[in-house]
Amino acid sequence: MAFGPYFLLATLEGLVTAAVLALTALGLSLVFGVMRVVNVAHGEFFMLGAVLAWAVSTAFAGHPSIGFAAALLVAPLVVGGAALLSERLVLRRLNYDPEATIVATIGMLYIIQQLALTFYGADARPVQAPFNVRIQLPWFGYSGYKLFVIGAAIVLMLATWFVLTRTKVGLLMRATQYDSETAQAFGIPVDRVYAGVFALGAMLAAVAAVLIVPIQQAHYLMGRDPLLLSFIVVIIGGLGSLRGTVIAALLIGLSDGIISVFFSPTLAKMLATGLVAMVLVFRPQGLFGVPAR
Amino acid sequence: MADALKVAGLDAFYGEVQVLRGFELSLLKGEVLCLLGRNGAGKTTALKAIMGLVSVRAGSVLKDGQDLSKLSAHEVPKAGVAYVPQGRRLFAEMSVDENLEIGLSTRGKGRQTRESVLELFPVLRERLSQRSGTLSGGEQQMLAMARALCLEPDVLLLDEPTEGLMPSMIGRIREVVAGLRERGVSTILVEQRVDAVLSLADRVAFIENGQNRETVGVEQVRVDPGYVRRYVGVS
Repeated sequence: MAFGPYFLLATLEGLVTAAVLALTALGLSLVFGVMRVVNVAHGEFFMLGAVLAWAVSTAFAGHPSIGFAAALLVAPLVVGGAALLSERLVLRRLNYDPEATIVATIGMLYIIQQLALTFYGADARPVQAPFNVRIQLPWFGYSGYKLFVIGAAIVLMLATWFVLTRTKVGLLMRATQYDSETAQAFGIPVDRVYAGVFALGAMLAAVAAVLIVPIQQAHYLMGRDPLLLSFIVVIIGGLGSLRGTVIAALLIGLSDGIISVFFSPTLAKMLATGLVAMVLVFRPQGLFGVPAR
Repeated sequence: MADALKVAGLDAFYGEVQVLRGFELSLLKGEVLCLLGRNGAGKTTALKAIMGLVSVRAGSVLKDGQDLSKLSAHEVPKAGVAYVPQGRRLFAEMSVDENLEIGLSTRGKGRQTRESVLELFPVLRERLSQRSGTLSGGEQQMLAMARALCLEPDVLLLDEPTEGLMPSMIGRIREVVAGLRERGVSTILVEQRVDAVLSLADRVAFIENGQNRETVGVEQVRVDPGYVRRYVGVS
């Protein structure tokens, strides 16, 4: 294949990675931005979404799209419920203390992981894509489902942006993010906002996992890479910045896709980590973050 | 005159540090009560304790028969108490309009409240879409007060509203506080400027070591400079 088509293929692969990464990182960024909680268990909510997607989709007979649609609905709801429960039982009791919640979410990471190992097993299991369409380009054929993943991620991110900037719920979330004490003094139930944001963050990770699981496979250790890459994206983009998260996810996703295809995946990870180091040294608040006051 | 707010035996803490010790206060309906005292005496903490923003371990804050100290912090404004914090604490990344919306979404009467607040602070009408962090100091103070008034409060807590403002702005803030008194709003005002206290207050409460040592009429403070000397350290 000539360089041009080869580059296009690498770009498309990078866009798929970026789409899923943007959704996952957006969840992590929202949770930190509003609650100041570094959720180390975020990758496990992603994994839980994938495992539940397998469980739900295999429970439905008939066309794979039925099982997939059910998974797309059920998995985020169950994961959101689990996040809500852990917020009530763990984070709220720690009064959202930044240091204590890091340790607590590390604990949650292992609990969720071991529960998945116990009830789901150690095998990687495939989930069938809802449709199997191949888009034929002049140079190569490309999976229609992968293009659907990119489109779905864009729609979900636009929906999140709309909620954050154009609705009352978003207004209350942003007020809590900027100054939780003053928010309370104006009648905003900060505890409830925190619970909602933590559930929403986990649900975004779960949706991302349901979308990716027909391309990868569901496995109980699959939460590690999304967690690491989400941290990279969130640090580069700026914590709590939606725009920063999307742009950094595009940057990391595309470079991962292109460099992996032309050179090696290890080089892509090295460059991403190097970029994080540069950002931390020269612009610690991230490319689009606001400096701490 | 009936009490708009009655604080009794309040013990308030920052962590394990006790700041208020058996704090007592009675705010009459429609009056402006000023809290005066040295730095660290507990004036700001008294306002925060009324709002439920610091840990209160004993005592009560009664308003219309309801003990506000038993409510969650976010329920206090719904009971008709609004707070303008020291340093304004605006949501600086949000527009002027969004800051007002935060107040309106909790208790106000929507459009009607918004209009009456903008009539009080017409300069804000021209700045509705501007990011509040980019307003001048005086405009920010007006927005902080406007945001609180969007809650349609009958008790207003003001923490050093004239701090760092130009004299013309200070005059405007005084007019607004006086206007609110005319409308029957009861105000607790924490203020360092004795001249502002003397021109605005009906009564003055002198705070020392987390306690209200004495509450006297403003005339008495005017006549006897010993009060200010004793509790604030200036003459």
